Amino acid sequence: MTYATAAPNLALAPTQPLSPPPGGAAGLPRLLPDRGAVPVDLRTHLGRYGRPPYRGRRRVLIPVMQESGLTGRGGAAFPVHRKLTAVVEAGTRPIVIGNGAEGEPASDKDKALLWISPHLVLDGLQLAAEAVGSQSVGLYVHRSSRLQERLRAALAERTAVGIDRVPVEIIDAPPRFLAGEESALASRANGGAARPAFKHPRVFERGVAGRPTLVQNVETLAHFALIARYGARWFRSLGTAEEPGSMLCTVHQADGTRDVVETVLGTPLRNLLALGDPAQGLGAPSGEAAAAQAVLVGGYHGAWLPASMAARMTLSNAALRPAGGFVGAGVLVALPADRCGIAETARVTRYLALESAGQCGPCFNGLPRIATVLDELAGPRPDRRALADVKRWAGLVEGRGACHHPDGTVRFVRSALQVFRAEIDLHAQGRCTAPRAQPFLPLPADTASTDADWN
Amino acid sequence: MKKQLHVDPTACTGHGLCAELVPELISLDEWGYPILARQPVPRGLDREARRAVTDCPALALKLLHPS
Repeated sequence: MTYATAAPNLALAPTQPLSPPPGGAAGLPRLLPDRGAVPVDLRTHLGRYGRPPYRGRRRVLIPVMQESGLTGRGGAAFPVHRKLTAVVEAGTRPIVIGNGAEGEPASDKDKALLWISPHLVLDGLQLAAEAVGSQSVGLYVHRSSRLQERLRAALAERTAVGIDRVPVEIIDAPPRFLAGEESALASRANGGAARPAFKHPRVFERGVAGRPTLVQNVETLAHFALIARYGARWFRSLGTAEEPGSMLCTVHQADGTRDVVETVLGTPLRNLLALGDPAQGLGAPSGEAAAAQAVLVGGYHGAWLPASMAARMTLSNAALRPAGGFVGAGVLVALPADRCGIAETARVTRYLALESAGQCGPCFNGLPRIATVLDELAGPRPDRRALADVKRWAGLVEGRGACHHPDGTVRFVRSALQVFRAEIDLHAQGRCTAPRAQPFLPLPADTASTDADWN
Repeated sequence: MKKQLHVDPTACTGHGLCAELVPELISLDEWGYPILARQPVPRGLDREARRAVTDCPALALKLLHPS
């Protein structure tokens, strides 16, 4: 991973002159520094934003968050104020944990944000802790030594100037796809494995140490810190009325480049992804982007859309949900025309099957079988029963896990069967249109093999 | 409020006893794991449902208010 040097390609995002607001002017980016990807140190951060605007008592920021319409940026888009309220009402001595365990292999945005703008996240963590009246705060991040060292240094700097009211404990997240799932996080923070749990009671009621636990994605916390400063109205000055604000996206272009960009909810996907002209295929004149055949929205629990459909859509749940997709954590991938969508889907599904926590019968029985049959479908002349098997197993695993892993995997698989059905028909005749077999969608080299890999 | 049968899928090991006790509400998938009817337990099956909960060898079955 190269987040230290990978400059966010801000040219792809609608830009205005930056430097937010003292005073409320809107513009992008809000979360990342205005130029390049130079990490923001505490001095620069304080110079630009000042100290965290503590309110002096709990609950005060909750109606502000409600008015802002801020939703979780970890993927589920759950309204932040509702989580805050639920935690406050669930009991005393709540725990707050910032979730930076970005397990999605195609997503870089949380790592990039923590690396580049750690103090916004840490401000948000303090302010969220104040909002729910918490004295116990954690930050859950991958045990990458570089990132953790940097965060520890940032925390030490803050302690030295006395801007943190509650000490922050760093909690190791294992590099598992599901490590950031809320109940997996709670289990890990309790000293156990980062495996999802059956959710009765829920994490907000009894999560870490049996106490009400607020879990917020790190990007959500960074927005929180800015809304606390500049207000709900400022936040709403970007985005749509239903889905306000900006968000970070990890954008994978069909030519193989990969960037973290901050963009506005409601932006046309065409402005973020160079979709090329599918009619011209790969013979596009030089300077033209490689043509995309399909777009993956929402990551590996998300959905494929035909490129022609994606080209008419905006980055919003209002637009994507009716098509079976969703914004999620902002992963957007343009699949080039020279790769086989079924082969790509089969590879990722195999990975998802291996990343099952292995706890729920339908998931650990169903996902490997689905992956195997997708492999079959990716090859020439698959078994005639293969397609029916995938569909039946997809129906069998859906809704039957402790977490959403089977559901998300099934959503991804079903969308592939839909979007690449012409390709499936060709495979049945022994043909494949994709000239290149080289994998496109990113996957980590390792999956879990022992229990220790979940700690 | 009427309660509904829920299985903790992380605890269930697929013994299949529940499906024998309350076949009206529980069937087994092709791997032997229970598929539960998504409906409250009707009055006539209260006893059977409670028995399935107490007799589950993995203590994975629960009667909960619909969430």
